[in-house]
Amino acid sequence: MNSPAVTRGPMIETRHVAKNFGQTSALRDASLCVAQGEILAVMGPSGSGKSTLLHSMAGIYTPDQGEVLFDGQLLNTMTEADRTKLRRTAFGFVFQFGQLVPELTAADNVALPLLLNRTKRKVAYKTADTWLDRLGIGDKGDRRTGELSGGEAQRVAVARALALAPKVIFADEPTGSLDSLTGEKVMDLMTGLAREQGSTVVIVTHDARVAAYADRVVMVRDGLLTPGDRPSSSSQGRHGAPAPAAAASAAKGAN
Amino acid sequence: MSVPLTLLGLLEREPSHGYDLKRDYDAFFGRGKQLPFGQVYATLGRLARDGQVTAGGAEPGDGPDRKRYAITDSGRHVVDTWLADPVEPEPHLQTVLFAKVTLALMLGKPAAAYLDTQRAAHIRRMQELTEIKRTGPLVDTLLADHALFHLEADLRWIDLTSARLADLAEAVRNR
Repeated sequence: MNSPAVTRGPMIETRHVAKNFGQTSALRDASLCVAQGEILAVMGPSGSGKSTLLHSMAGIYTPDQGEVLFDGQLLNTMTEADRTKLRRTAFGFVFQFGQLVPELTAADNVALPLLLNRTKRKVAYKTADTWLDRLGIGDKGDRRTGELSGGEAQRVAVARALALAPKVIFADEPTGSLDSLTGEKVMDLMTGLAREQGSTVVIVTHDARVAAYADRVVMVRDGLLTPGDRPSSSSQGRHGAPAPAAAASAAKGAN
Repeated sequence: MSVPLTLLGLLEREPSHGYDLKRDYDAFFGRGKQLPFGQVYATLGRLARDGQVTAGGAEPGDGPDRKRYAITDSGRHVVDTWLADPVEPEPHLQTVLFAKVTLALMLGKPAAAYLDTQRAAHIRRMQELTEIKRTGPLVDTLLADHALFHLEADLRWIDLTSARLADLAEAVRNR
């Protein structure tokens, strides 16, 4: 008898996905599987098509050709309303800039997606506090995010993405605006806590030191995926295998 | 830089005399430092002993050695294996990578694929070092950081070289 882990398909799959912007071909024939609980980095220079790949995987862009599947469901044929619902309930997003509402407090920002998903106000704010705490910024809950440092704001963004307990976190250059040490702490917390929670993570980055936090790294060049690294035996063991101790020490180290 | 493997690679183009090999080695790989004749002939002698090259009979003419050397099938296999194997990801390996890329282009072998393999090996090592940072004491973190920054510099060189392969191939052919 097969165990569920064996019979389960990939969390995200792209099949021969292509995307053009006018005359420009941003992505060609991209086929990729991301396993449940896997942390995948997509590397490539700017303009290589890596963000287009992430946006296609997240159902933000509709591919011109090919298919995108989330947990076996075809995104292409979903209505826009269903895709929006999926993005709001199953996906978390961490971008380089501009995802937080600067006039709202850190706690408001983290609670907002929960409230949109009809979580009770009290529960939403309790969850927000818990996650801000885990990210080492429990004392910043009532500060407006516009007043926070770049590193603190990015931790709020990670808390907001993780608080939904998403199936997949999409992170596009999550440390792009941070200094090395702060960026490292954000990566450490994001990957550590995602592992603990069992979330799949797709990180787009041009930075090899950021990509090195992932279980597997693939490259995009001129809109084409190159095989890149295969998961090593040690990283395969990490997939779907939460490491609470490592995550806890990561959170502690970043305080 | 591996002199025996580089000379063997140069011999894969066509059978050559020691003098011609030295001249080409100096032109492509010497970087201002010439390879002594003595080292060329000693290396060729060892390669012949190991069955990777054959030495033809001495030809009339001046100079210390007028033998013509040719690569054997075993020698070709050694070159292929060397080119395709990623270099152990350690800092400061640019010269070995440079020799491999140049030889691969010279011999019409898949330099882009070799660079991809090397990139993957580098990223794997960077993942291991990052894991050490996640779990190890601060002193280990500092050492891992040092290695990570150097490997990152190598990776940038690999990426830039990948992007320049077409131009490099032309430069190597026209030399």
